[in-house]
Amino acid sequence: MQIPAGFYQVKKDIESHKYSLRDIMNEYLSRIESNKDLNAFTCVFEDVTSRADEVNEKILNGSSGKLAGLICSVKDVISIKGKPLTCSSGILSDFKALYSATAVERLENEDAIIIGKVNCDEFAMGSSNENSFHGPVLNPIDKTRVPGGSSGGSAVSVAADLCMISLGSETGGSIRQPASYCGITGLKVSYGRISRFGLTAFASSFDSIGVFGKEISDIASVLEVIAGYDENDSTSSEIPVDRYCSILEEDINTETFTIGIVDEYFSEGLNPEIKAGLNSLIEKLRAAGVKIKSVSLPYSKYVIQTYYILTSAEASSNLARYDGVRYGLREVNSTNLEEMYVNTRSEGFGTEVKRRIMLGTYVLSSGYYDAYYRKAQKVRRLIKSDFDRVFHEVDYILSPTTPTTAFKLKEKIDDPLSMYLNDIYTASINLAGIPAISIPAGYDSNGLPYGVQVIGKKFDESGLFKMHKLISNTINSN
Amino acid sequence: MNNSSKYEPVIGLEIHAQMLTNSKAFCKCSTDFNSPANSNVCPVCLGHPGVLPVLNEELVNFILKMGIATNCHIRERSIFARKNYFYPDLSKGYQISQFETPICYNGKVNIRINGTAKTIGITRIHMEEDAGKSIHDFSDNDTLIDFNRCGVPLIEIVSEPDINSTTEALQYLQDIRQILIYLGINDGNMEEGSLRCDANVSIRPTGTTELGTRTEIKNLNSFKNVVDAIEAEINRQSKILDAGNKVNYHTMNYNAKEKTTTPMRTKEEAHDYRYFPEPDLVYVVVNEQQIERIKNELPELHDKKIQRYISDYGLPVYDAEVISADKSIADFFDKVVSSLKKPETKLIKQASNWIMTEVLRILNENKINIDELKILPPSLATLVEIIDSGQINHNAGKEVFNELYKSGGTKAPVDIINERNLSQLSDSSEIETIVQKILSESQAEVERFKEGETKLRGFFVGKVMKESKGKANPKIVNEILLKKLSE
Repeated sequence: MQIPAGFYQVKKDIESHKYSLRDIMNEYLSRIESNKDLNAFTCVFEDVTSRADEVNEKILNGSSGKLAGLICSVKDVISIKGKPLTCSSGILSDFKALYSATAVERLENEDAIIIGKVNCDEFAMGSSNENSFHGPVLNPIDKTRVPGGSSGGSAVSVAADLCMISLGSETGGSIRQPASYCGITGLKVSYGRISRFGLTAFASSFDSIGVFGKEISDIASVLEVIAGYDENDSTSSEIPVDRYCSILEEDINTETFTIGIVDEYFSEGLNPEIKAGLNSLIEKLRAAGVKIKSVSLPYSKYVIQTYYILTSAEASSNLARYDGVRYGLREVNSTNLEEMYVNTRSEGFGTEVKRRIMLGTYVLSSGYYDAYYRKAQKVRRLIKSDFDRVFHEVDYILSPTTPTTAFKLKEKIDDPLSMYLNDIYTASINLAGIPAISIPAGYDSNGLPYGVQVIGKKFDESGLFKMHKLISNTINSN
Repeated sequence: MNNSSKYEPVIGLEIHAQMLTNSKAFCKCSTDFNSPANSNVCPVCLGHPGVLPVLNEELVNFILKMGIATNCHIRERSIFARKNYFYPDLSKGYQISQFETPICYNGKVNIRINGTAKTIGITRIHMEEDAGKSIHDFSDNDTLIDFNRCGVPLIEIVSEPDINSTTEALQYLQDIRQILIYLGINDGNMEEGSLRCDANVSIRPTGTTELGTRTEIKNLNSFKNVVDAIEAEINRQSKILDAGNKVNYHTMNYNAKEKTTTPMRTKEEAHDYRYFPEPDLVYVVVNEQQIERIKNELPELHDKKIQRYISDYGLPVYDAEVISADKSIADFFDKVVSSLKKPETKLIKQASNWIMTEVLRILNENKINIDELKILPPSLATLVEIIDSGQINHNAGKEVFNELYKSGGTKAPVDIINERNLSQLSDSSEIETIVQKILSESQAEVERFKEGETKLRGFFVGKVMKESKGKANPKIVNEILLKKLSE
């Protein structure tokens, strides 16, 4: 069965009795079953067909919510009441959530159906989705390659058409990088735009929930629903949520804005094919009348160090609660409290998580705090002010999403530094708390996709939707 | 030369006070102490994945009251920090506290020792959350944890090392407790742990100014323990210095049975809390209007009350201190005074006497608090006035008071006086008849009196009072007796 692009078309088809939402659901369920080798889903919910019937009924009697007809997956670091929440970790392998994340609640209130939870790197730490208790996720475009991470399962569930959209999460590029590697769109919103309540914390001052999709209108519809202030998250913003869907319908006057190109991002380390592809895109935009300006982010050379110091510090504290006392794994063959802690955490956590806990504990230790944590906080402010300055000159910044296309499974797993460099164009955005989107931009000579990243001013998600429309049209006008 | 004068102790106290907010510091769970174990809990205070703290605004108002009452500077923007350590009753693996920027700082309180005032500086007052309770004695093999207390708001009041004796330490602690109770933000109950104290103690040769190495005694849960533990620690340190050795920094445990302080195991005290700013909470912002509003709402505090009782009511210092030692008693006293038709100093003093003796006696004997005493302040005021007018004497007054208590406040003093026929005998001719009768029955004593044994006057008064069944006005009895005896 063919499923039309865009959930709104599905809803219309149901209204005109072409098929039912159960048909759509069954189609997705059979695709998930036949694509099990991708290892995208960690669990598929049992009640989805009956839920499809309920929503179908609502669509037919005209009482359905804004997202009726939408079927989505949710990264397994986001809480859904009564469902497993493993965070791809052995320490939570049997854990079920007691409550739903605000974003999930808002989706469900508008009749979106969550089909299941999807795989990711353990506690969202990783860039290849190989750090998972559930095993690695494969890239559907080339199964010998990684899908990117940490939201690899989210990206693959959308890229392989196993659902329409997916909720993922970002701390330093975990949505944009897998979106780029899998050839779909991934949106990372401004810090505070979507409530973090129910998103398992990795690095609290960086984390944000975001959306994967193939259809930008689906992403816009979802964001309108899940964005906005939440009394359960003190860091969520009270700035009103824009009407993103209507922005997609507006015409774009290419002469009204300026796009900045970051000199530092097009230098060494960038795959030449991606560089050429993006340069050609820039030329087309210029030809279409867009003002292009070269800008500089001098502190970008400190992004990776700053990012890993600060996120690891926060992670070391955020992951302290997994101690075997109240829930999750407990190593019972321990003779005293300390042994129970050590055995539980040694057994439950994977290598990358342990590495970051140790790094984070170190940088917060007395005697090292000033040299690492405090200094990194200062650099973070400088990186933010870099962006503030540039956004006085330009409206958007265009850059590669990743330095390369998807790499081979196991290629970098033993080389954490080279793995961390995957975040070089994305992590600065989380340091600055601003929004960015990865838009499919082309393929390399191996047929592997890559994305172009557009970065916006804080809370200018609307601008990113506009840029998505412009860039997609420009690329497709070939 | 003994240790107490050879060395001068330098003491600072850290007082943890549980706040009487309705809900916990960062979630909506109740703070009720009497609930069954683990019933006041939710995913937030249990530290489940993905939860976020949301600050209880009531806690900010409470700590501002304390900060203003102790003359602190108030920080316009303060932040929370995480204090990281592993313990089973600490659900998140960190305690949300304030570290580098406490909301209140640089305050002071004035204490009085034997009538002499002394200022104790307040370094800081900050907000934090309590941990749960580990229960070790329920079973041999398991420790059980009750998370009801986990997340209950605390404030920590840190003093400057301005305290130089256990007497001062005790007075300071009592005064802080009074302020907390007067503000209605803490119940002052040390035994149940809602008020706890750590003491930092060092000593130095008397007359020197350089601070010695301090030690920190943890978890002192009664006034007595605070005094005894500091005393024990001063002695321990004195012996070390006497032997020519150096005091080392330690966290100390206090053994109340043996009255000794001992260093904790090195492992227990070797904490590196890895404080860093709590990223899940935003700045606590306090503005001028909020501070003004709280200032205006602040109740009259203990020390102000004492001053007022002395200067406005003319009470002796002793009365003023006893009456104001308990806010509910002081409130009762204030109501009695305001019920007096003419608030004259002698009547106010009488009211104070009644409260310090009869009221406190009834409260102690019946183990009740003053709200449960059914005697209404206007009734006590009336009683004081009736006695003052001479209508009844003091002994009859006691009878009226007891009946007021027994009747549960249903009777008025006048009713009781009439019912029991307690009105004083003030009719001079009737009293004169009685006096005449007694004197004629006691010829021998009259002779002795006339020969100079004047202390026998009491004997005659007693006899007259007995004869009148206690109702004769003692003033008139005395007058008539003197007249008759000098005839």
